[in-house]
Amino acid sequence: MAITQMIGAHIQRREDPKLITGHGNYIDDMRLTGMLHMSVVRSPFPHARIRTIDVTDAAKSPGVHAVYTARDFKPVLAGGIPAAPAFVPDKKQVPNHYPIAESEACYQGEPVAVVLADDRYLADDAAQLVSIEYDPLPAVTDLDRAIEPGSPTAHEGAPDNIAWDAVFPGGDIDAAMAESEVRLKLRITQQRLFPTAMETRGCVADWVPFGNRVTLWSSTQVPHFLRLFISGALGITEAQMRVVANDVGGGFGAKLRPYPEEYLACAGSRLIGRPVKWIETRTESQQATTHGRGQIYDLEVGALRDGTLVGLRITQLLDAGAYVGVFGSFGGGCYTFKAVHGRSLGILTNRVSTDPYRGAGRPEATHLVERMVDLVAGELGLDPVEVRRKNFIKPEAFPHPNNFGLVYDSGAYEKTLDRALEMVGYGDLRRRQKELREQGRYLGIGLSTWVEICGIGPSAATAPAAGVALVESSAVRVHPTGSVTVSTGTHSHGQGHETTFAQIVADALGVPYEMIDIKHGDTGETPFGYGTYGSRSLAVGGISILKSCQKVVEKAKRLAAHIFEAAEEDVVFDQGRFYVKGSPDNAKVMGEIAFASYGAGLPEGMEQGMEAITYFDPPNFVWPFGAHICVVEVDAETGAVDLQRYIAVDDCGNVINPMIVEGQLHGGIAQGISQALFEEVRYDDDGGQLLTGTFLDYLVPTMAEMPHYELDRTVTPSPTNELGVKGIGEAGTIAASAAVINAVCDALSPLGIKHVEMPARPDRVWSLIQEARS
Amino acid sequence: MIPAAFEYTAAASVDEATQALRKYGEDAKVLAGGQSLIPLMRLRLAQPAVLVDIGRISGLDGIRRENGTLVVGALARHAEIQSSGEVRSSLPLLAELATDVGDNQVRNLGTIGGVVAHGDAAGDYNALALMLDAEIVTNKRRHRAADFYKDIFTTALEPDEVVTEVRFPVANGRHAYLKFRRRLFDWAIAGVAVQQTGSGWRVGYVNLGNTPRRGTAVEQALAQGASPADASNQAGSAIDPVDDVRASAVYKRSLAATLTRRALETASAGG
Repeated sequence: MAITQMIGAHIQRREDPKLITGHGNYIDDMRLTGMLHMSVVRSPFPHARIRTIDVTDAAKSPGVHAVYTARDFKPVLAGGIPAAPAFVPDKKQVPNHYPIAESEACYQGEPVAVVLADDRYLADDAAQLVSIEYDPLPAVTDLDRAIEPGSPTAHEGAPDNIAWDAVFPGGDIDAAMAESEVRLKLRITQQRLFPTAMETRGCVADWVPFGNRVTLWSSTQVPHFLRLFISGALGITEAQMRVVANDVGGGFGAKLRPYPEEYLACAGSRLIGRPVKWIETRTESQQATTHGRGQIYDLEVGALRDGTLVGLRITQLLDAGAYVGVFGSFGGGCYTFKAVHGRSLGILTNRVSTDPYRGAGRPEATHLVERMVDLVAGELGLDPVEVRRKNFIKPEAFPHPNNFGLVYDSGAYEKTLDRALEMVGYGDLRRRQKELREQGRYLGIGLSTWVEICGIGPSAATAPAAGVALVESSAVRVHPTGSVTVSTGTHSHGQGHETTFAQIVADALGVPYEMIDIKHGDTGETPFGYGTYGSRSLAVGGISILKSCQKVVEKAKRLAAHIFEAAEEDVVFDQGRFYVKGSPDNAKVMGEIAFASYGAGLPEGMEQGMEAITYFDPPNFVWPFGAHICVVEVDAETGAVDLQRYIAVDDCGNVINPMIVEGQLHGGIAQGISQALFEEVRYDDDGGQLLTGTFLDYLVPTMAEMPHYELDRTVTPSPTNELGVKGIGEAGTIAASAAVINAVCDALSPLGIKHVEMPARPDRVWSLIQEARS
Repeated sequence: MIPAAFEYTAAASVDEATQALRKYGEDAKVLAGGQSLIPLMRLRLAQPAVLVDIGRISGLDGIRRENGTLVVGALARHAEIQSSGEVRSSLPLLAELATDVGDNQVRNLGTIGGVVAHGDAAGDYNALALMLDAEIVTNKRRHRAADFYKDIFTTALEPDEVVTEVRFPVANGRHAYLKFRRRLFDWAIAGVAVQQTGSGWRVGYVNLGNTPRRGTAVEQALAQGASPADASNQAGSAIDPVDDVRASAVYKRSLAATLTRRALETASAGG
């Protein structure tokens, strides 16, 4: 398919010169005439009844134009914030989530009042003067206790804290366990994480009373979803609302839902009659932007003595937070289990909601299965490499339906593993480990052979649970002189779509890369789009663009045939040139055909113009995979983990731009390592007060803490789409936490330590060593 | 950052700064490099009514040797201390401490006077000042470091007092600083500095109590010929760490002993 060979080219991101020279256009760069700043007064309590709110002093504070509470918003703001479409069939309860608390605050950081003032400083000064009387209520924070009968509830008057209790049967688990010769149990905690985008959230809302129109600029991954839901809550049509996400400084899954502040800014702008801007501080972000992970897994694996995996039983306790967000996912990884059985309990707590964070379910799924495989290897005295080899789905078995009926499209798992073992020098490393152990040193080698589901998603799979089709739109328009505007419903907030999508279009239309402009993020100029998450942009959005290009080429070919007075089947399209078979010297380029398409003398029945729209519903998900190996040494005296090497061999099918793939892997691996060793949201022992509210205590690591990444790639094209592409945006994160923790556990195995929870903090590792030795 | 409103005045001399502090009393805070004060103001945990900026006072940033004393001006920045030839020859351990402070941005702005006046037990220089019997000179008087650090974030400074210089005894014998932290730019979870002087080993502890601590018992054990391993067992008597979000007190005690032994071994091996 490569015509001009832009696909696969190692080219730099065209977005970067603008962004790295400070010419990006972020929310905080916006200044509108008459714009006021909104400061949000938030509940300091995880759970409290709101007795009174006195805004008298705040309203009198200099520069203040209004102080609003739920009572002010009620007449102009209807309904609740939608719970994201969870792949959960049996919802027990979904608490209504009004954007601002009226009588009960259910998490620390929930909005209770807003101040609109001339500038941010004055708004924050006045916010300090809003006087609120609270009656603190018991906070629900511990997942095990939250599901006990008689537990206090996260919402007053609720029957219990169960948001859902869903079973995902994947084969006869009882039979599989009965047939197993060893059965091993483990509890694994996936700690809460801050998604930590470089740009915090923020928005500007501008309500125009004539015609009841509103424009919302927001730092979001899903502008079209914002328009859909917020217009409804404001009682206006989608046509009256425009949502624009210009440059967005990262999302990582935390900008995937409409947020309270976006509703409040729009409604606030309507009430005050002026544009309203809100910029989240980092402290607010850590309290009030959704957290990632937040799950406990109770696991049991069954295996034969030769290392054959037989059954995997997974019970997930998911800390949903105060309001329902989304979900976590299950899997048997890249192994053949006779049965994998999942049960998911969604539990309401008095914390901010959890929602996707890079990987969104797949890091958890990978972590649990990779840990259990190592547990089996350790118990049976087998090399973890051999247990993996024995149980891999074989290359000839694809397409392979997994235990839950999802069909893995393609894979060659042993190939990536072999390459990674070669790169790390596995045999030598095991010998070295043995030598060091004799000297009382603790070297560890950890594997993570991962597979993930991405390219969300085929409506056949997403519709039954949530009734939605997560397809993707595109519009390709060739202008009269041959330049091209492409609109995509995906959104780029660091992924490099402006580069990679242009590479695809350059090849598909045979138009110079420089003449292709990619538009995204503005509901006013793009077709309805489903946004960017779940490594879907290329495999769904990119293919949609390719299909639009193909429609354009088809029309151009018909027109070329008319111009050449030839039969359509005799017209050749080659590298942007149209000619009649056998006469390549008499050719017309795409620009010439496009020019003709806007004029007179078209074939009978052909309309003017050269453009096409596509909504692409993929036939399947895509399933990237790979093998990561991590080498650590643990300092037994201090518990410190020294991360010495990190090898990653990944396979995302065909590659559009290798530099962007590598960049995604670097960032992704860093976030996975970071969960394994550094980051954790911590609350005080009573439960609801955030202890890690600044970067002083919430450890986002830096370059200095990261190892050199040793990367390589195999290429197993996806049969699901014409480009043979998969996804890579989350792969590093999905693989890395398991590789690191497996390495730490491998290092400590001579002490009889079987598991280390994340993050493997020095004090935690030290305590485990002390216990093991006593 | 969105701090509460404050008045700002830039002093041209120590006298001007003194006058401003006398005028505003407890409502005023001295601004030097701002690396501790500004983050507190960002979170509105500190809301001073007036900032008296001493950063533009000339002559306060000098580093010089006076016989057996290394004199470091209050406005000497970490980056200057780190690269100063005078520091490297007169008290190389101080340069090593400076190298381990924060990141480049912090080292280019933060000052030694700020660290001392803030009195943070996690401020690396404070342990060094204490263990070496340094003198802290202000616009009003001279303090012995041993009498200076009173309690958590509390020093002997009065509201109208401005630190002008820190006077360390010259010491260029064997030394080491081990700062245990999870990220390169973090404060120490625990830090141990050791320095061999004409009168024996000196040992200081960073962030292992509400104030900087001196390892007197370790020093005495070494003076009596104990090995680093044996001497480090005495580390516990000097320190009083607490459980916090970084680690438990029990862990920090173990860490202090381990780091003491390793620092002494490193210093001894360093010739």
